[in-house]
Amino acid sequence: MKHSLTLTALAATGIAWAALTGPSPAVAQDSITIASWGGAYSMSQRKAYYEPFMKETGITVLEDEWDGSMAKVRAMTETKNYQWHVIDAETPDILQGCDEGTLEEIDYDRLGGRDRFIETAALDCGVGTIVWSTIYAYDGDVFPEGGPRPSTIADFFDVEKFPGPRGMYRFPNPNMEIALMADGVPNSEIYDLLRTEEGIARAFRKLDEIKSHAIWWSAGAQAPQLLADKEVVMTQAWNGRIYNAVNIEGKNFVIVWDGQLLDLDYWIIPKGHPETDLAYRFIEFASRPEVMANQSKYIAYGPTVKAAIPLINPDILKDLPTAPENTKNYLRIDAEFWADYSDELEERFEAWLAR
Amino acid sequence: MTTIVPTADIVRTADGVPLKVKLRRAERMRKIRAVSLIAPLFLFLAVTFVMPIGIMLFRSVQNPEVSQILPRTAQAIQQWDGEGLPGEDVVAAFIADLRAAKEAKTHGKVAKRLNYDLSGFRSLTLQTARRLPPPETPPSELLDKLIEIDKRWGETRYWATIKKAAPPYTMFYLLAALDRNFDVKGNVIHAPPEVSIYIDVLERTFWMSFIVTAVCFLLGYPIAYLLATLPTKHSNLLMILVLLPFWTSLLVRTTAWVVLLQTQGVVNDAAVALGLWSERIQLIHNRTGVYVAMVHILLPFMVLPLYSVMKGISFTHMRAAASLGANPLRSFLKVYVPQTMPGIGAGILLVFIISLGYYITPALVGGPRDQMISYFIAFHTNTSVNWGMAAALSVVLLFCVMIFFGIYNRFVGIEKMKLG
Repeated sequence: MKHSLTLTALAATGIAWAALTGPSPAVAQDSITIASWGGAYSMSQRKAYYEPFMKETGITVLEDEWDGSMAKVRAMTETKNYQWHVIDAETPDILQGCDEGTLEEIDYDRLGGRDRFIETAALDCGVGTIVWSTIYAYDGDVFPEGGPRPSTIADFFDVEKFPGPRGMYRFPNPNMEIALMADGVPNSEIYDLLRTEEGIARAFRKLDEIKSHAIWWSAGAQAPQLLADKEVVMTQAWNGRIYNAVNIEGKNFVIVWDGQLLDLDYWIIPKGHPETDLAYRFIEFASRPEVMANQSKYIAYGPTVKAAIPLINPDILKDLPTAPENTKNYLRIDAEFWADYSDELEERFEAWLAR
Repeated sequence: MTTIVPTADIVRTADGVPLKVKLRRAERMRKIRAVSLIAPLFLFLAVTFVMPIGIMLFRSVQNPEVSQILPRTAQAIQQWDGEGLPGEDVVAAFIADLRAAKEAKTHGKVAKRLNYDLSGFRSLTLQTARRLPPPETPPSELLDKLIEIDKRWGETRYWATIKKAAPPYTMFYLLAALDRNFDVKGNVIHAPPEVSIYIDVLERTFWMSFIVTAVCFLLGYPIAYLLATLPTKHSNLLMILVLLPFWTSLLVRTTAWVVLLQTQGVVNDAAVALGLWSERIQLIHNRTGVYVAMVHILLPFMVLPLYSVMKGISFTHMRAAASLGANPLRSFLKVYVPQTMPGIGAGILLVFIISLGYYITPALVGGPRDQMISYFIAFHTNTSVNWGMAAALSVVLLFCVMIFFGIYNRFVGIEKMKLG
């Protein structure tokens, strides 16, 4: 009796399982789902890319938000149950995903060739879409003009001169680099140093100095929010978010460009997606110079297609991370370093935080 | 050996079938009918509860990466004794496997797996895969070529890590969830201090759950008593005040606490205005915030079972105690409280077990040092994509809950629990 009951249950379970995980119904051809980072950034993409794309092609763009966790992309490719056609992702994840076979390799012939893009924007598995930067910003009311104001990356760590809580991105990238920069390591030596145990220990020692003053954020929109709520007196942030808080919401925030970390965002396609043609169609559209140049009307991120650079609105040029007056002391994120070391450092960083 | 079948004294029915068999048949039909009625529920539980948990538990011992992606190496390295450096055949198999894995774009997976065991292995594997010696290199030179690419290939511990990771099943993740690891010889050792946090996190999880449960009990008992003893007209209103937050989304209540407790928030504003404290104090992103929000959210789970038990206690018992000469405190402690034990037990068990697995609230109102074990399960599921580790931590959590449940059952008795 017991035996037959188990068998029936097993058989029934199997059927139900097959029903749950079987081939998903074909998604209608006339919609494309794109995942991005939310907030002001998604808004700029909606205005610059999604709405014109819908107008030109009649294909509906469905938006989703994600937090950069590659687990979701991996789960999609493993179960062949694709929710997203195109995803806006960051460099180290792309290099890792490419190595692990979770991302589609990009056929640049379909996008007009690699040469159209600026240096490092055309990755094997990702097509550059913006140049952005991690900066830190402070509240102009807390440190008013005339008084001492933070101006260097070392000031972010100087809790005696500039007391108060600091908002920090809850991730080793870019805190490891910033710590070493503030500790006086020349920019050219930072990644070599971080490849050694002493370098990692030194970065953590520097971060120890402000650990008790740190409030950690993990979504881009939290940074300007913490600053606006006066929960922190200064915070690391993505430059476009602060730009929008200042220019659209009228906040009195000031960006410190010294020690900024330049990085790129890319469009990626999950491996084996049955509708890669649709994904290419969107990416091709979004990499047209005149389309891409439009994005900087809505957020202060730079273009990745060479031909788009002269089309940028000159008013916003000075607020882009690539402007000459903003790049006096900057570091370009070493994507290869993070592709190789992010697993080790993420674990070390979480353990460091938890202590 | 022969079997003796007694046939003479068996009771048979009219058609000659033994009565026992006939009865069993009738019984079976009845059971099948009963089972078919609960089958949908059974199926639902199996598909949505038993199977996912089973798969999750299984993930914590699965170790497919090296054995599947580097099959020849996994086989060859078993012959190596773990002393010095492995022989030519192992090195040749490793290079051939790695070349094939790079072609198939699976070398990232194996690099990630090896890195769990020995920090730095990911970069070592990926960099080596990019610069592999050409296939026609004589086998005797292969090891030197590898050491030329990276001198770490000349160290025993890197090869030993591959050997350790080769079997298709492993205790590695479960040990790591307890800050332990295997050494080269297979002995269990402590994990390096810079990554061993899980025992601390587990202790913290239990400690925080204990505090939350205790505070919930101290606050919940008088509330439940008041609810049970007030006239219905007033107690209904109070009941709504308990239930309304209970029906509100957990996320809404947690974010409401963020608004209230932040440095520029309502609580700080009021306290500064009233002169309770002069400097605004940090009430959120620390342990205080987590305790406040968790107690608020879990309080109904304490009040409701207590209330339902108290409602059933006749007040005449107290009067009887008083008439026999007990003062109010004595009659309360000796007569009333013992009768509420089933409610106390249920409330404590509910609150404690729910607290153990708490995630959203500490994540939103706590700092990094206030995160409980569920945070790390989510971290390994979503951020580090180390599902083996996430599964192992889940196993540890499940195991702790079961131990707690067992202790509780032993001393209080689960049959005495009353949920309402």
